[in-house]
Amino acid sequence: MPLPDESRIVITGIGLTAPNGNSLAEYRANLLAGNSGVVPFETRYMPPTVAGVCDFEVTRHQKRKEARRGTRAGQVAVYCANEAVVDSQLDWENTPKNRVGVYLGITEHGNVETENEIYEITQFDYDTKVWSHHHNPRTVANNPAGEVTINMKITGPHLTVGAACAAGNAGFIQGVQMLRLNEVDVAICGGVSESIHTFGIFASFQSQGALATHDDPTKACRPFDANRNGIVVAEGGGICTLERLSDAKARGARIYGEIVGYGMNSDATDFVLPSAERQAECLELALGRANLTADDIDIVSSHATATEMGDIQEAKALHTVFGDRESLAINNTKSFIGHAMGAAGALELLGNLPAFEDLVAHATINLQDRDPKIALKQLVANDPRELPKVDYILNNSFGMLGINSVLIIKRYEA
Amino acid sequence: MNEEQIRLVILDILDKIAPDEDLSDLDDSQPFRDQMELDSMDFLDIVMELRKRYRVQIPEEDYPNLVTMDSTVTYLHPLLKDVESPA
Repeated sequence: MPLPDESRIVITGIGLTAPNGNSLAEYRANLLAGNSGVVPFETRYMPPTVAGVCDFEVTRHQKRKEARRGTRAGQVAVYCANEAVVDSQLDWENTPKNRVGVYLGITEHGNVETENEIYEITQFDYDTKVWSHHHNPRTVANNPAGEVTINMKITGPHLTVGAACAAGNAGFIQGVQMLRLNEVDVAICGGVSESIHTFGIFASFQSQGALATHDDPTKACRPFDANRNGIVVAEGGGICTLERLSDAKARGARIYGEIVGYGMNSDATDFVLPSAERQAECLELALGRANLTADDIDIVSSHATATEMGDIQEAKALHTVFGDRESLAINNTKSFIGHAMGAAGALELLGNLPAFEDLVAHATINLQDRDPKIALKQLVANDPRELPKVDYILNNSFGMLGINSVLIIKRYEA
Repeated sequence: MNEEQIRLVILDILDKIAPDEDLSDLDDSQPFRDQMELDSMDFLDIVMELRKRYRVQIPEEDYPNLVTMDSTVTYLHPLLKDVESPA
């Protein structure tokens, strides 16, 4: 039985910043053109490396003082949330702010500020009296979502969803659930990342043997390629306004798509090594919740980060569920922007959404020499692929400690 | 530093912590908070900057001395008179 419009949740506004675009249009154009956003990058203590760096206009929606007081994750969140609301064409002034919720996925938060303060006290012989009074409000886990509420005068609930690199999807799922529970009327949700500003994330991946290196930064992120050598860390944000279909219809909103299915589960096996079996179960969970089968999906936005085990396990999970179906296109957005951590799931989904209109699956770039252990015939290698139809997009997002998330979006037909 | 040099240091700190404010017409005899957006966290930034730049420790009971530019300069002058001006 179809859900009533009051339980159907649709995307009505999009705000994003990615290393290769500060709006959906710019980002999509660069994905279709094969333009990477990965650049040379230097960070404290580390040898020169590469990263996905954003160049959005911080002061478009934030005073300089507000930006200075807050965090980079807060800047990203404030920019994207405001852009999403503008894009939604909501009558924001007359929207009851106590009925707006902010739910933002994060991989981690606070490392940037803590590293900065520790560095600062080393300059003062470890005198803790120079440790900033801003440290606590900057590092509380709700910080980026809280900064959005202060900036936009939202008095409804806000929280971050800590979900490692599954966080972008998790933010959307939280929004869907809160709308269905009628806790809010508008959910501002998605994921954000400030991760390039903590040297620790680079150093830890380096120690793990999982930090990408390449003479040409744009070729550093190579999911599914035999010559991949690890992760490119990126910052960014992808935030949507979600509404119940009944509300969206009533105000004549533009609808980007409907969230018809989601799944989240846990590997319960390892801190870092993913489980193909649990990922496949998560895919089936999302398909089942959407009343779909694998045959219905047109595009799979893969999570693959360009680590050997991660790529192989996801490929196994996808092959288990989708087999060799030729109608399917599987792409990977990290190959363009790196791994935007808390924002990854959100940005990767949003980069694919325009396919509902232009019927093109953007590519997985840097796939010159496919790993023979990756048995995915449907990979869209290096050049975009035109598709006869795009009705359903499935977005994978997985993270450390074995957290899996899958989101399915349906093309909206009025 | 003389009093005028200390005043310039305070202006520089205010410009850093309140970058959206126009400080050109600041009235030195009036409280900072009446002339610009300055909350308690900003105020602590002034104290922190002085601590970092000049190793000046300002005890909490002396904070009322930092209400106006005039009172701030008067309070800081004995503490900073032997410090070289950054300019």
